[in-house]
Amino acid sequence: MISIYSCGMETFSVNGQPAEFEGDPATPLLWVIRDHIGLKGTKFGCGIGQCGACTVHIDGRAVRSCMTPVSGAAGKSVTTIEGLAPSEEKLHPVQLAWLEMDVPQCGYCQAGQIMAAAELIASNPAPDDDAIDQHMTNICRCGTYTRIRKAIHRASELSAEGS
Amino acid sequence: MSAVMISRRNFLVTGLTAAGGFAVGLPLGLGSAQADSASAGKIGFYVEVRPDNSFVLGTAQPEIGQGVRTSLTMLIAEELEVPWERVSIEPMPLGIVKTADGYTWKYGGQGAGGSTSVTDAWEFLRQVGATAREMLVTAAAQRWSVPVGRCHAEAGYVLCDDNGQRFSYAELAADAAALPQPEEPPALKPQSEFSLVGTPRNTIDARDIVTGKARYGIDTEMPGMRYAVIQRAPQLDAKVVSYDDREVRQVPGVVDVFKIDGPEPGAPYHILAEGVAVVATSQWAAFEGRRKLRIEWTESPWKDESTETFWAQTAELLSGEGQVVRDDGDFVGALSAADKTVEARYQVPYVNHAPLEPQNCYADVREDSVHIIAPTQSPSGSNRAAHTITGIDREKIRVDMTRVGGGFGRRLTNDYTAEAVLISQKIGAPVKLVWSREDDVQHDFYRPSGEHEFKAGLSADGKVTAWTHRLASASKYYRRENVAPEDMYGAEMYIDDFPAGIVDNLRIEWLAVTSGVPRGSWRAPAHTANAFTVQSFIDEVAHAAGRDPLELRLELYGDNRELPYGQHGGPTFNPWRLSRLLKHVAKEIDYGAERPKGRAVGIASHFTFGGYAAHALEVEVGSQGELDIRRVVAAVDCGVVVNPRGVEAQLQGGTIDGFSTALNLEITVDQGRIQQSNFHDYRIARMAEIPRNIECHILPYGDTPTGMGEMGIPTVAPALTNAIYNACGVRIRKLPIADQLAKQLS
Ligand code: FES
Ligand code: FES
Repeated sequence: MISIYSCGMETFSVNGQPAEFEGDPATPLLWVIRDHIGLKGTKFGCGIGQCGACTVHIDGRAVRSCMTPVSGAAGKSVTTIEGLAPSEEKLHPVQLAWLEMDVPQCGYCQAGQIMAAAELIASNPAPDDDAIDQHMTNICRCGTYTRIRKAIHRASELSAEGS
Repeated sequence: MSAVMISRRNFLVTGLTAAGGFAVGLPLGLGSAQADSASAGKIGFYVEVRPDNSFVLGTAQPEIGQGVRTSLTMLIAEELEVPWERVSIEPMPLGIVKTADGYTWKYGGQGAGGSTSVTDAWEFLRQVGATAREMLVTAAAQRWSVPVGRCHAEAGYVLCDDNGQRFSYAELAADAAALPQPEEPPALKPQSEFSLVGTPRNTIDARDIVTGKARYGIDTEMPGMRYAVIQRAPQLDAKVVSYDDREVRQVPGVVDVFKIDGPEPGAPYHILAEGVAVVATSQWAAFEGRRKLRIEWTESPWKDESTETFWAQTAELLSGEGQVVRDDGDFVGALSAADKTVEARYQVPYVNHAPLEPQNCYADVREDSVHIIAPTQSPSGSNRAAHTITGIDREKIRVDMTRVGGGFGRRLTNDYTAEAVLISQKIGAPVKLVWSREDDVQHDFYRPSGEHEFKAGLSADGKVTAWTHRLASASKYYRRENVAPEDMYGAEMYIDDFPAGIVDNLRIEWLAVTSGVPRGSWRAPAHTANAFTVQSFIDEVAHAAGRDPLELRLELYGDNRELPYGQHGGPTFNPWRLSRLLKHVAKEIDYGAERPKGRAVGIASHFTFGGYAAHALEVEVGSQGELDIRRVVAAVDCGVVVNPRGVEAQLQGGTIDGFSTALNLEITVDQGRIQQSNFHDYRIARMAEIPRNIECHILPYGDTPTGMGEMGIPTVAPALTNAIYNACGVRIRKLPIADQLAKQLS
């Protein structure tokens, strides 16, 4: 799945696999992930850091990859929606909660929402509604916010139970 | 939404009927000869039985987030008698077939508009499931040499009542597929025997979404594919004078730059605007290249248009006479005889669709074929657009539909298919065209803007005796072929809407605004504007009459009866069903309770495309105009409920869309140019701005379903502004609400 470019300028890892990118170091990480590495789960929504559809983790921190030059990932570890689950069989608690609460409508924003929520749960295992409001700034045009909120509460229970 | 209305007659695959379709013209060839693939387990177009006795069911309708991949599949599975856990889905392409009578649709009509998918498919897809099941039962009966009547289907097996044996569908599929299709569709189960339809089911392909595997149009990658963007005219209907692409071509990866001709001002659209295309070997290179373009544009024919000139025009128009499109009784006489009159004007802005997946389309134009992969609500429109440009036979134009990252009506128009086809044709290679968010906000078929004027007459005992609604707006039908000027109103005013048929002396008038802003269908089209204004004004009338807004509505809605309704959603409208919902939400929110100062309830109810909805909201308005939406109670009556979980999602999502749009969304124009450009200045609500809980109530009715994609939104804005008025006395007559409360109260 991961293309390795020889003589690359930027070396980093994506979902645990080494990756290199040869090209303009200012290229947004989003387009490197989508078009050079070929992982399409990370979405383009606005390109200016507003919508969060492009959210990925760099060393565990959620970032908007449309605003992060690929050079910002150099030497770091990038996780995308495809790499969030521990394995094919075992999903991340946030993904499980998303399924249980039937969050998605069109689904386009959901990779970004899940990556943002996963960071929240990692840093704050039992967020209250205010913490959710503060952290979850991604846009959902379909209006799945009420179920996203429920799913985050549920994910926090699931992680406490060790799912 | 006539773009996707496919006539009943076209549902019939007349050319295929003789070969195996039902004599009655059931729109599918279920016999093996008509199956698309040679897979041994394929019984007709929709049903595939896998060797492990799992079931892959086809989905022919665009999935834009309205949940049809789940709800429509439930209809097939119900009659097929298969366990839902063993069902997965397979999207189908556009099924276009040429017959002696012209083109027709071998999978039935395909399109997502006007909330029609579930209604249209209600019988048809159950017949698909029932037919395949009967063929499986027949195959089993033949193996056992028993009459068909001694066998029955259950959970993916056919059981023999005589010998107690069973065969899995997988064991029978090849035999069943080879059987002739029954002449008549089998009888359908009575609804009382449904075991799947009516039960809450999660989104069938949600696992793909949460793991990042779901594929949208924008994710398309094909061998040899180029990437393209277009710089479109920043001013409405401007044209390219010249462009300088020298720096563009310096950008690594850029392979071509050329002009795309736009439509003439006033001519029907094939694409939205003239522009210059940049083609590259990667998406980012195409965007980067575009940044270096220097284009000289002609002056826009709309250079003097602004939002201010728009409102000046509506005011001017409303001071004169309009086109009378409905005139019941003696409106003028009744108004002058009235004990009291009430009047008000409301303004509704242009808004942008903003589906989160930007417009995009893959096109591969060959000498005698075209392949399109598009997120579209109208695959037949996409096919037509490609045909119009290339002249290639429509049967040779394959349209594949991906999951769609939101529709809201935007993707009923296939201008982005036309653009991709033009580019592929020009470069002689497959291409994926992608719009940026700026492209989408600045180049849309916006929801029409307009100013509504109402007058009502009241008798001494507080009865409504006269009513007029006059709308000065920019019809979405403009620049369409074959729409006469006197028919333009039909897109903006549905003349049988409440209170037509209820208030005896009633007049509806329309006045055409001239505007260069492109217009189109935006979720629940004219119902958003008309529900906002009518449901606001009815409250104003109630207050003027000294009556309670709920009580007045219940009186007007009246007894359980069907009124004629000639527009989409008809043929009848039963206002009593609105009363039923209103009473329900009123009770839930404790309508009559005393509330502290600054806190109050507002209600609204509306009939949209065959479905009924009501909202009751409790808000608190602070002394500086701070708005707190404390409780949201929503109720819907969409007839029979196929998937209650899907209905609830649509009701929640529609309600949130209603809040987001009413609170902040507006497209404004200056010097013939759209002023907003991305989500920083077109602020779709974020989570923190939306009430934390939306209480949803589903009140089933009758024996047929209606769609649910649009009913949830129209009543939100008026319930909110009515609640605001009741809480603080400020009547919002102009959307969006934005900072009006702060301005008026502080
Ligand atoms: S695409 Fe990155 S924030 Fe919208
Ligand atoms: S589910 Fe469609 S944008 Fe969030």
